[in-house]
Amino acid sequence: MQDFGAAFSLAFELVMRADRDLVEIVLLSLRVSLSAALLACLIGLPLGAFLAAARFRGRGTVIVTLNALMGLPPVVVGLLVYLHLSRAGPLGFLGLLYTPTAMIIAQTILITPIVAALSRQVLEDLNAEYAEQFRAFGLSRWQSMQALLWDARYALVTVSLAGFGRAIAEVGAVMIVGGNIDHVTRVMTTAIALETSRGELALALALGLVLMVLALSINAAVQGVRMNAEKRAYA
Amino acid sequence: MTLPRLTATAFALCLANSAAAQDTIIVQSTTSTANSGLYDHLLPIFKGESGISVNVVAVGTGQAIKNAANCDGDVLLVHAKAAEEAFVSAGHGLARFDLMYNDFVLVGPAADPAGLRGMGDVQEALKTIAKTDAPFASRGDDSGTHKKEMQLWAESGVDPGASSGTWYRETGSGMGATLNVGVGMAAYVMTDRATWLSFGNKGDFEVLVEGDPDMFNQYGVIVVNPEHCPNVQLEPAQTFVDWLLSNEGQDAIGAYERNGAQLFFPNAGE
Repeated sequence: MQDFGAAFSLAFELVMRADRDLVEIVLLSLRVSLSAALLACLIGLPLGAFLAAARFRGRGTVIVTLNALMGLPPVVVGLLVYLHLSRAGPLGFLGLLYTPTAMIIAQTILITPIVAALSRQVLEDLNAEYAEQFRAFGLSRWQSMQALLWDARYALVTVSLAGFGRAIAEVGAVMIVGGNIDHVTRVMTTAIALETSRGELALALALGLVLMVLALSINAAVQGVRMNAEKRAYA
Repeated sequence: MTLPRLTATAFALCLANSAAAQDTIIVQSTTSTANSGLYDHLLPIFKGESGISVNVVAVGTGQAIKNAANCDGDVLLVHAKAAEEAFVSAGHGLARFDLMYNDFVLVGPAADPAGLRGMGDVQEALKTIAKTDAPFASRGDDSGTHKKEMQLWAESGVDPGASSGTWYRETGSGMGATLNVGVGMAAYVMTDRATWLSFGNKGDFEVLVEGDPDMFNQYGVIVVNPEHCPNVQLEPAQTFVDWLLSNEGQDAIGAYERNGAQLFFPNAGE
Protein backbone atom coordinates (compact mmCIF):
# COMPACT_ATOMS: atom_id res chain seq x y z
CA MET A 1 0.00 0.00 0.00
CA GLN A 2 1.92 3.00 -1.27
CA ASP A 3 -0.85 5.25 0.11
CA PHE A 4 0.30 4.86 3.72
CA GLY A 5 3.81 6.18 3.15
CA ALA A 6 2.46 9.02 1.03
CA ALA A 7 -0.16 9.80 3.68
CA PHE A 8 2.41 10.07 6.46
CA SER A 9 4.70 12.41 4.56
CA LEU A 10 1.72 14.44 3.32
CA ALA A 11 0.31 14.77 6.84
CA PHE A 12 3.70 15.86 8.11
CA GLU A 13 4.07 18.39 5.31
CA LEU A 14 0.57 19.84 5.86
CA VAL A 15 1.21 20.32 9.55
CA MET A 16 4.73 21.68 9.10
CA ARG A 17 3.78 24.43 6.68
CA ALA A 18 0.62 25.13 8.73
CA ASP A 19 -1.52 24.92 5.58
CA ARG A 20 -4.09 27.73 5.87
CA ASP A 21 -7.05 25.64 4.71
CA LEU A 22 -6.05 22.88 7.10
CA VAL A 23 -5.79 25.26 10.06
CA GLU A 24 -9.21 26.65 9.17
CA ILE A 25 -10.97 23.27 9.12
CA VAL A 26 -9.15 22.07 12.23
CA LEU A 27 -10.28 25.17 14.14
CA LEU A 28 -13.86 24.77 12.91
CA SER A 29 -13.85 21.08 13.87
CA LEU A 30 -12.70 22.02 17.36
CA ARG A 31 -15.16 24.90 17.68
CA VAL A 32 -18.13 22.79 16.61
CA SER A 33 -17.32 19.65 18.57
CA LEU A 34 -16.13 21.41 21.75
CA SER A 35 -19.28 23.57 21.76
CA ALA A 36 -21.40 20.45 21.26
CA ALA A 37 -19.55 18.63 24.05
CA LEU A 38 -19.97 21.61 26.39
CA LEU A 39 -23.71 21.87 25.68
CA ALA A 40 -24.12 18.10 25.98
CA CYS A 41 -22.45 18.23 29.42
CA LEU A 42 -24.65 21.13 30.54
CA ILE A 43 -27.72 19.06 29.70
CA GLY A 44 -26.44 15.53 30.15
CA LEU A 45 -24.62 15.72 33.49
CA PRO A 46 -27.55 17.17 35.50
CA LEU A 47 -29.88 14.73 33.73
CA GLY A 48 -27.59 11.82 34.61
CA ALA A 49 -27.36 13.01 38.22
CA PHE A 50 -31.12 13.37 38.45
CA LEU A 51 -31.71 9.85 37.11
CA ALA A 52 -29.08 8.48 39.49
CA ALA A 53 -30.53 10.09 42.60
CA ALA A 54 -34.27 10.20 41.90
CA ARG A 55 -36.79 7.38 42.12
CA PHE A 56 -39.99 7.73 40.12
CA ARG A 57 -42.40 5.65 38.05
CA GLY A 58 -41.12 4.95 34.58
CA ARG A 59 -37.50 5.56 35.57
CA GLY A 60 -36.48 2.18 34.18
CA THR A 61 -38.05 3.02 30.81
CA VAL A 62 -36.27 6.38 30.71
CA ILE A 63 -32.92 4.73 31.45
CA VAL A 64 -33.39 2.02 28.82
CA THR A 65 -34.42 4.66 26.27
CA LEU A 66 -31.44 6.82 27.13
CA ASN A 67 -29.06 3.88 26.81
CA ALA A 68 -30.57 2.99 23.45
CA LEU A 69 -30.16 6.58 22.24
CA MET A 70 -26.39 6.22 22.66
CA GLY A 71 -26.61 4.27 19.41
CA LEU A 72 -28.32 7.08 17.48
CA PRO A 73 -27.03 6.94 13.89
CA PRO A 74 -25.44 10.32 13.03
CA VAL A 75 -27.04 10.35 9.59
CA VAL A 76 -30.51 10.03 11.15
CA VAL A 77 -29.78 12.90 13.54
CA GLY A 78 -28.55 14.92 10.57
CA LEU A 79 -31.71 14.20 8.64
CA LEU A 80 -33.98 15.12 11.57
CA VAL A 81 -32.14 18.38 12.18
CA TYR A 82 -32.17 19.12 8.43
CA LEU A 83 -35.95 18.61 8.27
CA HIS A 84 -36.41 21.04 11.17
CA LEU A 85 -33.94 23.71 10.03
CA SER A 86 -34.77 23.57 6.32
CA ARG A 87 -36.60 26.66 5.05
CA ALA A 88 -39.55 24.33 4.47
CA GLY A 89 -39.31 23.07 8.07
CA PRO A 90 -40.77 24.44 11.32
CA LEU A 91 -37.55 26.26 12.35
CA GLY A 92 -36.59 27.38 8.85
CA PHE A 93 -37.20 31.05 9.70
CA LEU A 94 -34.06 30.98 11.88
CA GLY A 95 -31.91 30.58 8.77
CA LEU A 96 -29.54 28.21 10.56
CA LEU A 97 -29.16 25.49 7.93
CA TYR A 98 -25.62 25.25 6.48
CA THR A 99 -24.10 27.15 9.42
CA PRO A 100 -21.75 25.92 12.17
CA THR A 101 -24.63 26.47 14.62
CA ALA A 102 -26.68 23.80 12.83
CA MET A 103 -23.71 21.45 13.14
CA ILE A 104 -23.41 22.16 16.87
CA ILE A 105 -27.12 21.46 17.34
CA ALA A 106 -26.89 18.14 15.50
CA GLN A 107 -23.81 16.99 17.41
CA THR A 108 -25.32 18.08 20.73
CA ILE A 109 -28.37 15.91 20.04
CA LEU A 110 -26.08 13.07 19.05
CA ILE A 111 -23.88 13.06 22.17
CA THR A 112 -26.17 14.29 24.96
CA PRO A 113 -27.59 10.75 25.44
CA ILE A 114 -24.02 9.41 25.71
CA VAL A 115 -23.07 11.91 28.40
CA ALA A 116 -26.36 11.44 30.26
CA ALA A 117 -26.40 7.63 30.13
CA LEU A 118 -22.74 7.15 31.10
CA SER A 119 -22.86 9.73 33.90
CA ARG A 120 -26.10 8.16 35.19
CA GLN A 121 -24.27 4.83 35.56
CA VAL A 122 -21.22 6.39 37.24
CA LEU A 123 -23.30 8.48 39.63
CA GLU A 124 -25.74 5.71 40.50
CA ASP A 125 -22.88 3.50 41.67
CA LEU A 126 -21.60 6.38 43.77
CA ASN A 127 -25.09 7.13 45.06
CA ALA A 128 -25.45 3.55 46.30
CA GLU A 129 -22.32 4.14 48.38
CA TYR A 130 -23.33 7.57 49.72
CA ALA A 131 -27.12 7.37 50.00
CA GLU A 132 -27.10 6.67 53.73
CA GLN A 133 -24.70 9.51 54.50
CA PHE A 134 -26.78 11.90 52.43
CA ARG A 135 -29.81 10.92 54.49
CA ALA A 136 -27.85 11.27 57.73
CA PHE A 137 -26.78 14.79 56.77
CA GLY A 138 -30.34 15.55 55.73
CA LEU A 139 -29.31 16.69 52.24
CA SER A 140 -32.01 17.65 49.78
CA ARG A 141 -32.11 15.85 46.42
CA TRP A 142 -30.61 18.93 44.75
CA GLN A 143 -27.75 18.98 47.27
CA SER A 144 -27.13 15.23 46.85
CA MET A 145 -26.99 15.65 43.07
CA GLN A 146 -24.42 18.42 43.48
CA ALA A 147 -22.37 16.33 45.89
CA LEU A 148 -22.46 13.36 43.52
CA LEU A 149 -21.39 15.43 40.51
CA TRP A 150 -18.54 17.00 42.47
CA ASP A 151 -17.28 13.73 43.90
CA ALA A 152 -17.37 11.93 40.55
CA ARG A 153 -15.80 14.83 38.63
CA TYR A 154 -12.76 12.89 37.45
CA ALA A 155 -14.83 10.01 36.10
CA LEU A 156 -17.17 12.54 34.50
CA VAL A 157 -14.27 14.10 32.63
CA THR A 158 -13.81 10.74 30.91
CA VAL A 159 -17.55 10.68 30.19
CA SER A 160 -17.38 14.07 28.53
CA LEU A 161 -14.33 12.97 26.52
CA ALA A 162 -16.35 10.02 25.23
CA GLY A 163 -18.99 12.48 24.05
CA PHE A 164 -16.41 14.78 22.48
CA GLY A 165 -14.75 11.83 20.75
CA ARG A 166 -18.00 10.77 19.18
CA ALA A 167 -18.70 14.35 18.04
CA ILE A 168 -15.34 15.07 16.43
CA ALA A 169 -15.33 11.69 14.67
CA GLU A 170 -18.80 11.73 13.11
CA VAL A 171 -19.42 12.74 9.53
CA GLY A 172 -23.02 11.77 8.78
CA ALA A 173 -24.77 14.55 10.69
CA VAL A 174 -22.48 17.50 9.89
CA MET A 175 -22.40 16.55 6.21
CA ILE A 176 -26.18 16.94 5.92
CA VAL A 177 -26.80 20.01 8.09
CA GLY A 178 -23.49 21.76 7.32
CA GLY A 179 -23.32 21.00 3.62
CA ASN A 180 -19.49 20.74 3.65
CA ILE A 181 -19.23 24.31 2.29
CA ASP A 182 -15.64 25.38 1.72
CA HIS A 183 -14.49 28.04 4.24
CA VAL A 184 -17.90 27.96 5.98
CA THR A 185 -18.87 24.51 7.23
CA ARG A 186 -16.06 22.22 6.11
CA VAL A 187 -14.65 20.23 9.02
CA MET A 188 -12.06 17.45 9.24
CA THR A 189 -14.42 14.54 8.68
CA THR A 190 -16.33 16.09 5.77
CA ALA A 191 -13.01 17.09 4.17
CA ILE A 192 -11.84 13.48 4.50
CA ALA A 193 -15.07 12.25 2.88
CA LEU A 194 -14.63 14.80 0.06
CA GLU A 195 -11.01 13.85 -0.67
CA THR A 196 -11.98 10.17 -0.66
CA SER A 197 -14.67 10.84 -3.26
CA ARG A 198 -12.14 12.77 -5.31
CA GLY A 199 -9.98 9.66 -5.26
CA GLU A 200 -7.24 11.54 -3.40
CA LEU A 201 -6.80 8.68 -0.94
CA ALA A 202 -3.37 9.71 0.37
CA LEU A 203 -4.61 13.23 1.18
CA ALA A 204 -7.75 11.80 2.82
CA LEU A 205 -5.63 9.50 4.95
CA ALA A 206 -3.27 12.36 5.83
CA LEU A 207 -6.22 14.40 7.10
CA GLY A 208 -7.32 11.35 9.08
CA LEU A 209 -3.89 11.17 10.70
CA VAL A 210 -4.06 14.86 11.64
CA LEU A 211 -7.50 14.29 13.17
CA MET A 212 -6.23 11.37 15.23
CA VAL A 213 -3.22 13.31 16.48
CA LEU A 214 -5.58 16.14 17.41
CA ALA A 215 -7.83 13.81 19.41
CA LEU A 216 -4.77 12.33 21.08
CA SER A 217 -3.44 15.75 22.11
CA ILE A 218 -6.76 16.80 23.59
CA ASN A 219 -7.04 13.59 25.58
CA ALA A 220 -3.45 13.91 26.76
CA ALA A 221 -4.03 17.52 27.80
CA VAL A 222 -7.12 16.61 29.78
CA GLN A 223 -5.31 13.70 31.38
CA GLY A 224 -2.48 16.04 32.39
CA VAL A 225 -4.84 18.54 34.00
CA ARG A 226 -6.68 15.75 35.75
CA MET A 227 -3.57 14.11 37.19
CA ASN A 228 -2.36 17.49 38.41
CA ALA A 229 -5.67 18.18 40.13
CA GLU A 230 -5.83 14.73 41.67
CA LYS A 231 -2.33 15.10 43.02
CA ARG A 232 -3.28 18.36 44.65
CA ALA A 233 -6.55 16.95 45.98
CA TYR A 234 -4.83 14.05 47.76
CA ALA A 235 -1.70 15.95 48.80
CA MET B 1 -16.31 28.25 35.95
CA THR B 2 -19.74 28.36 37.51
CA LEU B 3 -22.75 26.84 35.83
CA PRO B 4 -24.38 30.15 34.78
CA ARG B 5 -21.09 31.37 33.34
CA LEU B 6 -20.67 28.12 31.44
CA THR B 7 -24.17 28.49 30.03
CA ALA B 8 -23.46 32.08 29.02
CA THR B 9 -20.24 31.02 27.29
CA ALA B 10 -22.07 28.28 25.40
CA PHE B 11 -24.74 30.68 24.20
CA ALA B 12 -22.15 33.27 23.24
CA LEU B 13 -20.41 30.61 21.14
CA CYS B 14 -23.69 29.81 19.40
CA LEU B 15 -24.45 33.46 18.71
CA ALA B 16 -20.99 34.07 17.30
CA ASN B 17 -21.53 31.09 15.03
CA SER B 18 -24.79 32.36 13.58
CA ALA B 19 -23.61 35.85 12.64
CA ALA B 20 -24.55 35.92 8.96
CA ALA B 21 -22.35 37.47 6.30
CA GLN B 22 -23.61 40.05 3.82
CA ASP B 23 -24.40 39.11 0.23
CA THR B 24 -23.86 35.40 0.44
CA ILE B 25 -25.76 32.98 -1.73
CA ILE B 26 -26.09 29.22 -1.59
CA VAL B 27 -25.79 27.16 -4.75
CA GLN B 28 -27.29 23.68 -4.66
CA SER B 29 -25.01 21.89 -7.07
CA THR B 30 -24.24 18.54 -8.58
CA THR B 31 -21.05 16.91 -7.32
CA SER B 32 -19.18 16.78 -10.64
CA THR B 33 -18.84 20.56 -10.89
CA ALA B 34 -17.54 20.75 -7.31
CA ASN B 35 -15.31 17.64 -7.29
CA SER B 36 -13.63 18.66 -10.54
CA GLY B 37 -12.51 21.95 -8.98
CA LEU B 38 -14.53 24.16 -11.35
CA TYR B 39 -15.89 26.30 -8.51
CA ASP B 40 -12.42 26.81 -7.04
CA HIS B 41 -11.57 28.34 -10.41
CA LEU B 42 -14.77 30.36 -11.01
CA LEU B 43 -15.80 31.66 -7.61
CA PRO B 44 -12.70 33.75 -6.78
CA ILE B 45 -13.05 35.51 -10.16
CA PHE B 46 -16.75 36.19 -9.54
CA LYS B 47 -16.17 37.33 -5.99
CA GLY B 48 -13.43 39.70 -7.12
CA GLU B 49 -15.85 41.41 -9.48
CA SER B 50 -19.08 41.41 -7.52
CA GLY B 51 -18.06 41.03 -3.89
CA ILE B 52 -20.66 38.26 -3.57
CA SER B 53 -19.68 35.09 -1.69
CA VAL B 54 -21.01 31.87 -3.19
CA ASN B 55 -21.43 28.88 -0.88
CA VAL B 56 -21.64 25.58 -2.72
CA VAL B 57 -23.50 22.57 -1.34
CA ALA B 58 -22.46 19.65 -3.57
CA VAL B 59 -24.87 16.72 -3.56
CA GLY B 60 -26.40 14.48 -6.23
CA THR B 61 -28.72 16.20 -8.72
CA GLY B 62 -31.80 14.54 -7.21
CA GLN B 63 -30.97 15.76 -3.71
CA ALA B 64 -29.93 19.21 -4.98
CA ILE B 65 -33.32 19.69 -6.66
CA LYS B 66 -35.11 18.51 -3.53
CA ASN B 67 -33.08 20.86 -1.30
CA ALA B 68 -33.77 23.79 -3.63
CA ALA B 69 -37.50 22.96 -3.66
CA ASN B 70 -37.29 23.14 0.15
CA CYS B 71 -35.91 26.69 -0.30
CA ASP B 72 -32.48 25.71 1.04
CA GLY B 73 -30.63 27.41 -1.79
CA ASP B 74 -30.72 30.47 -4.07
CA VAL B 75 -29.40 28.91 -7.26
CA LEU B 76 -29.65 25.39 -8.68
CA LEU B 77 -26.85 24.11 -10.95
CA VAL B 78 -27.38 20.50 -12.06
CA HIS B 79 -27.50 18.23 -15.09
CA ALA B 80 -30.84 16.54 -15.65
CA LYS B 81 -32.79 18.64 -18.14
CA ALA B 82 -36.18 16.94 -17.71
CA ALA B 83 -36.05 17.23 -13.92
CA GLU B 84 -34.88 20.86 -14.19
CA GLU B 85 -37.78 21.76 -16.46
CA ALA B 86 -40.17 20.04 -14.04
CA PHE B 87 -38.63 22.14 -11.23
CA VAL B 88 -39.36 25.35 -13.16
CA SER B 89 -42.86 24.36 -14.25
CA ALA B 90 -43.72 23.45 -10.64
CA GLY B 91 -43.05 27.12 -9.83
CA HIS B 92 -39.89 26.38 -7.81
CA GLY B 93 -37.51 28.07 -10.25
CA LEU B 94 -37.60 31.22 -12.40
CA ALA B 95 -36.16 30.07 -15.73
CA ARG B 96 -33.74 27.39 -16.84
CA PHE B 97 -30.68 28.26 -18.94
CA ASP B 98 -28.23 25.99 -20.73
CA LEU B 99 -24.85 26.70 -19.16
CA MET B 100 -22.24 24.29 -20.44
CA TYR B 101 -21.76 20.68 -21.48
CA ASN B 102 -19.33 17.84 -21.54
CA ASP B 103 -19.94 14.15 -22.04
CA PHE B 104 -20.26 10.85 -20.26
CA VAL B 105 -17.78 8.05 -20.79
CA LEU B 106 -17.70 4.35 -19.91
CA VAL B 107 -14.56 3.48 -17.97
CA GLY B 108 -13.34 0.03 -17.00
CA PRO B 109 -10.30 -2.11 -16.21
CA ALA B 110 -7.56 -2.33 -18.82
CA ALA B 111 -8.27 -6.09 -19.10
CA ASP B 112 -11.73 -5.12 -20.45
CA PRO B 113 -13.50 -8.49 -19.82
CA ALA B 114 -16.53 -7.59 -21.95
CA GLY B 115 -14.38 -6.35 -24.85
CA LEU B 116 -15.84 -2.84 -25.04
CA ARG B 117 -12.71 -0.98 -26.10
CA GLY B 118 -13.28 1.23 -29.10
CA MET B 119 -17.05 0.74 -29.26
CA GLY B 120 -18.77 3.93 -30.45
CA ASP B 121 -22.33 2.87 -29.64
CA VAL B 122 -23.09 3.09 -25.93
CA GLN B 123 -26.33 1.07 -26.07
CA GLU B 124 -24.45 -1.73 -27.83
CA ALA B 125 -21.75 -1.58 -25.14
CA LEU B 126 -24.31 -1.83 -22.33
CA LYS B 127 -25.98 -4.80 -24.04
CA THR B 128 -22.57 -6.50 -24.23
CA ILE B 129 -21.96 -5.90 -20.51
CA ALA B 130 -25.32 -7.49 -19.66
CA LYS B 131 -24.73 -10.41 -22.03
CA THR B 132 -21.31 -11.22 -20.58
CA ASP B 133 -22.39 -10.61 -16.95
CA ALA B 134 -19.40 -8.30 -16.56
CA PRO B 135 -19.58 -6.33 -13.28
CA PHE B 136 -21.00 -2.81 -13.62
CA ALA B 137 -21.12 -0.31 -10.75
CA SER B 138 -24.06 2.11 -10.89
CA ARG B 139 -24.66 5.29 -8.88
CA GLY B 140 -28.15 4.10 -7.95
CA ASP B 141 -28.84 7.45 -6.25
CA ASP B 142 -31.24 9.32 -8.54
CA SER B 143 -28.48 11.72 -9.53
CA GLY B 144 -28.22 13.29 -12.98
CA THR B 145 -25.66 10.68 -14.02
CA HIS B 146 -27.86 7.89 -12.68
CA LYS B 147 -30.92 9.21 -14.54
CA LYS B 148 -28.85 9.30 -17.75
CA GLU B 149 -27.57 5.79 -17.15
CA MET B 150 -31.11 4.46 -16.63
CA GLN B 151 -32.22 6.15 -19.86
CA LEU B 152 -29.38 4.47 -21.77
CA TRP B 153 -30.20 1.06 -20.28
CA ALA B 154 -33.84 1.50 -21.30
CA GLU B 155 -32.75 2.40 -24.85
CA SER B 156 -30.56 -0.69 -24.98
CA GLY B 157 -33.48 -2.92 -23.95
CA VAL B 158 -31.83 -4.25 -20.81
CA ASP B 159 -33.42 -4.11 -17.35
CA PRO B 160 -30.35 -4.02 -15.09
CA GLY B 161 -32.49 -3.76 -11.93
CA ALA B 162 -33.41 -7.42 -12.38
CA SER B 163 -29.73 -8.32 -11.94
CA SER B 164 -29.09 -5.96 -9.03
CA GLY B 165 -26.70 -7.61 -6.60
CA THR B 166 -25.18 -9.94 -9.20
CA TRP B 167 -23.21 -8.27 -12.04
CA TYR B 168 -25.15 -5.00 -11.64
CA ARG B 169 -24.09 -3.26 -8.44
CA GLU B 170 -25.82 -0.13 -7.17
CA THR B 171 -23.59 1.80 -4.80
CA GLY B 172 -26.17 4.43 -3.82
CA SER B 173 -23.39 7.02 -3.50
CA GLY B 174 -21.66 9.86 -5.31
CA MET B 175 -19.63 9.71 -8.53
CA GLY B 176 -16.23 9.60 -6.84
CA ALA B 177 -17.35 6.98 -4.32
CA THR B 178 -18.80 4.88 -7.15
CA LEU B 179 -15.53 5.15 -9.10
CA ASN B 180 -13.66 4.00 -5.99
CA VAL B 181 -16.00 0.98 -5.79
CA GLY B 182 -15.64 0.31 -9.52
CA VAL B 183 -11.84 0.40 -9.37
CA GLY B 184 -11.94 -1.80 -6.27
CA MET B 185 -14.00 -4.56 -7.88
CA ALA B 186 -12.92 -4.11 -11.53
CA ALA B 187 -16.44 -3.09 -12.55
CA TYR B 188 -17.37 -0.86 -15.49
CA VAL B 189 -18.63 2.59 -14.50
CA MET B 190 -20.39 5.33 -16.42
CA THR B 191 -19.06 8.71 -15.34
CA ASP B 192 -19.03 12.31 -16.52
CA ARG B 193 -15.72 13.18 -18.10
CA ALA B 194 -14.95 16.04 -15.69
CA THR B 195 -15.04 13.83 -12.61
CA TRP B 196 -13.03 11.16 -14.42
CA LEU B 197 -10.28 13.53 -15.56
CA SER B 198 -9.84 14.99 -12.09
CA PHE B 199 -10.19 11.66 -10.25
CA GLY B 200 -7.06 10.64 -8.36
CA ASN B 201 -7.55 6.90 -7.80
CA LYS B 202 -7.83 5.57 -11.35
CA GLY B 203 -5.85 2.35 -10.79
CA ASP B 204 -5.53 0.60 -14.18
CA PHE B 205 -8.86 2.01 -15.38
CA GLU B 206 -9.20 3.76 -18.71
CA VAL B 207 -11.87 5.26 -20.92
CA LEU B 208 -13.24 2.46 -23.10
CA VAL B 209 -16.38 3.89 -24.71
CA GLU B 210 -16.74 7.55 -25.70
CA GLY B 211 -17.93 9.81 -28.45
CA ASP B 212 -21.52 8.56 -28.83
CA PRO B 213 -23.77 11.65 -29.27
CA ASP B 214 -26.20 9.96 -26.84
CA MET B 215 -23.64 10.53 -24.06
CA PHE B 216 -23.98 14.29 -24.25
CA ASN B 217 -24.11 15.86 -20.77
CA GLN B 218 -25.83 19.25 -20.53
CA TYR B 219 -25.61 21.39 -17.39
CA GLY B 220 -28.33 23.93 -16.60
CA VAL B 221 -28.65 26.79 -14.13
CA ILE B 222 -31.79 28.13 -12.45
CA VAL B 223 -32.51 30.92 -9.95
CA VAL B 224 -34.91 29.69 -7.26
CA ASN B 225 -38.29 31.41 -7.51
CA PRO B 226 -38.72 34.07 -4.79
CA GLU B 227 -42.50 33.66 -5.01
CA HIS B 228 -42.06 30.06 -3.87
CA CYS B 229 -39.20 30.89 -1.47
CA PRO B 230 -39.38 34.41 -0.02
CA ASN B 231 -35.96 33.95 1.59
CA VAL B 232 -34.20 33.80 -1.80
CA GLN B 233 -31.39 36.38 -2.19
CA LEU B 234 -32.77 37.32 -5.59
CA GLU B 235 -30.42 40.13 -6.52
CA PRO B 236 -27.07 38.43 -5.82
CA ALA B 237 -28.42 35.10 -7.15
CA GLN B 238 -29.45 36.76 -10.42
CA THR B 239 -26.10 38.55 -10.59
CA PHE B 240 -24.30 35.22 -10.28
CA VAL B 241 -26.39 33.50 -12.96
CA ASP B 242 -26.12 36.51 -15.30
CA TRP B 243 -22.35 36.43 -14.86
CA LEU B 244 -22.16 32.68 -15.59
CA LEU B 245 -24.14 33.24 -18.80
CA SER B 246 -22.18 36.35 -19.84
CA ASN B 247 -19.24 36.21 -22.25
CA GLU B 248 -16.91 36.64 -19.33
CA GLY B 249 -18.35 33.80 -17.26
CA GLN B 250 -18.51 31.55 -20.30
CA ASP B 251 -14.86 32.28 -21.13
CA ALA B 252 -13.90 31.51 -17.54
CA ILE B 253 -15.68 28.14 -17.76
CA GLY B 254 -13.96 27.33 -21.05
CA ALA B 255 -10.56 28.29 -19.66
CA TYR B 256 -10.71 25.74 -16.81
CA GLU B 257 -8.36 22.82 -17.40
CA ARG B 258 -7.19 19.80 -15.43
CA ASN B 259 -4.02 17.99 -16.53
CA GLY B 260 -4.09 19.93 -19.79
CA ALA B 261 -7.67 18.95 -20.71
CA GLN B 262 -10.70 21.24 -20.86
CA LEU B 263 -13.44 19.86 -18.59
CA PHE B 264 -16.53 21.92 -19.46
CA PHE B 265 -17.61 23.51 -22.74
CA PRO B 266 -19.69 26.68 -22.36
CA ASN B 267 -22.84 26.78 -24.50
CA ALA B 268 -25.16 29.41 -23.00
CA GLY B 269 -27.54 31.02 -25.47
CA GLU B 270 -26.86 28.55 -28.27
